[in-house]
Amino acid sequence: MNKSRRSFLKVAGISAFALSTSVASSLSATAQAKVAPGSYEKGASALHAKRWAMVIDTRRFLTAKDYKPIIEACHRAHNVPNIPDDQNIKWFWLDSFEHAFPDEMNEFLDNRRKRASYPLLCNHCTNPPCVRVCPTQATYKMEDGIVAMDYHRCIGCRFCMAGCPYGARSFNFKDPRKFLSNPVPNPAFPTRMIGVVEKCTFCAERLAVGQMPACVEASGGKILFGDLADPNSTVRKALAENYSIRRKPNLGTQPGVYYLI
Amino acid sequence: MLEKILEGPRTYFVWLLFLLLCIAGCGLVYLTQLQEGLSVTGMSRDVSWGLYISQFTYFVGVAASAVMLVLPTYFHHYKKFKRMIIFGEFMAVAAVVMCALFIVVDLGQPQRMLNVMLHPTPNSVMFYDMIVLIGYLCLNIVIGWVTLEAERHDVLPPKWIKPRIYLSILWAFSIHTVTAFLYAGIPGRHYWLTAIMAGRFLASAFCSGPAILLLLMLLVRRLTGFDIGEEAKKTLATIIVYAMCVNVFFYLLELFTAFYSGIPGHAEPIRVLFFGHDGHMLWVSYWMWAAVIMAIACLAILIPPQTRTHPTLMPAALIMLVAASWIDKGLGLLIGGFTPNMYETITPYLPTCREVAVALGVYAVGALVLSLLWRVALGVKKETGHYTD
Repeated sequence: MNKSRRSFLKVAGISAFALSTSVASSLSATAQAKVAPGSYEKGASALHAKRWAMVIDTRRFLTAKDYKPIIEACHRAHNVPNIPDDQNIKWFWLDSFEHAFPDEMNEFLDNRRKRASYPLLCNHCTNPPCVRVCPTQATYKMEDGIVAMDYHRCIGCRFCMAGCPYGARSFNFKDPRKFLSNPVPNPAFPTRMIGVVEKCTFCAERLAVGQMPACVEASGGKILFGDLADPNSTVRKALAENYSIRRKPNLGTQPGVYYLI
Repeated sequence: MLEKILEGPRTYFVWLLFLLLCIAGCGLVYLTQLQEGLSVTGMSRDVSWGLYISQFTYFVGVAASAVMLVLPTYFHHYKKFKRMIIFGEFMAVAAVVMCALFIVVDLGQPQRMLNVMLHPTPNSVMFYDMIVLIGYLCLNIVIGWVTLEAERHDVLPPKWIKPRIYLSILWAFSIHTVTAFLYAGIPGRHYWLTAIMAGRFLASAFCSGPAILLLLMLLVRRLTGFDIGEEAKKTLATIIVYAMCVNVFFYLLELFTAFYSGIPGHAEPIRVLFFGHDGHMLWVSYWMWAAVIMAIACLAILIPPQTRTHPTLMPAALIMLVAASWIDKGLGLLIGGFTPNMYETITPYLPTCREVAVALGVYAVGALVLSLLWRVALGVKKETGHYTD
């Protein structure tokens, strides 16, 4: 595979350099550890859960503006391009109550909720239709409940977009890199190529290094994140003490994003 | 037998040249799509499938419809279809080739399409769709070629072909059922989430496919003198009209459930398709009404036996039938599935010129495959004297 060849060349290059500078033993060993194939285990600082879930306290967001820093944090962390038409990319975005929860039909809904904006993102369902329909396993469920994407395996058939009942998936109709600054906002996170599908990852890459998701961190405690399987977790406590709803629960997908309204 | 593709009148070669030019021209448009991505299409984040997938769906139906000739011939020993059955099988081959191409042009990363085989995923309906389509393609090529060769040498086809023919009959039902399952198993797309989807698909396939075949056979008769025979024509027209009645009936069942139950999710896509939204008709609404009118008109002509095989009325009725079923499955199905979208709002979809050009290119490839295969079949029929009654 290309990657292992590249890894080999990297190691070979570093080794050659190390040998020539007499720090061979220590340096080549660390370099090798870094690029060794199969080293996908989470680091010692990684956060663990049986079932990651999110609770968004929408009562504490007064206007759409209050969500702005959160959306920016997410989009900066993941190099989400800003494409100004309906072939756009959305990871974390806002919509009205009526559109976010179309099954909660009530034309006499109180003004606060009617006028408020609600944040939308991938629900990381327990029973995700996108994973069920994907013909290449390019989208898959991790053991901690996160629905992840392999951008290098995705063939761009968009079956997952038809399958997702939440409109959480975006397809790169255009080359996303043309809509990003140079250098990209977060060089540590990969940019995507044209012709593949992408979506929110619950910041799996941040959890792996012991950080909370970007939106949670930017929310100042208004968005909670934790282990749904742990009765003492922040999310479980919040759900025990408050009335919460989820998007389209009647479809049986078991969304992992809860809204306090 | 292959040498027969090189034999034919001047018009045949002019036609081939025309098709090749079309393919080349549309191929250039496809190259721009490869460069600029699917942004050249009218699809969007909310309407993520469009003309390509709808054409794929329609032509799976056309492919499956060959069974309407094969089944009476081999299960019921109906002799009158014997002469034309090869044309149905070869049309299925051309249709499956088109289906495959429509999938390829729809992919965002077509060079990765073999990932479907490299990472087989039994929980995805698309995996089965690939298997059944490839299987059906192989079955029809083998069956068509072997039976034609036997006919050419004036011998009975080899015995081993029989089980494959029976298999192809079941297989034909499976390809369109599996294609329907692509849609009917998706939660949250109200227009598609209906158990009768596969039944509707098969009914619409079994009227539109034989209608296309019959129209083309009439054209072939005019061009080459090959005649399928009056009796075969009559029987095929009867099959078409029964299937069309079932097709319309199934659609009416959808309307009943949607509107009598009063559940907005079920009714809304149909309302949008026929009446648009906010008092504005969508472009597809006019097409849907045209389909309704054509469906009624073609049934009015095809149901009475006096007009069913009328030399001018029947072709007109068949053209209307094909158009009506194409609008229902080739436009309405996809647009109705994506409008309203997941937020119960409307994102309009209109295919772009380039999208239409790429689709026409695939049509041209299908026409080329069909022309070459039918040329071979016609050559053999002429050689063996099976041209007319």
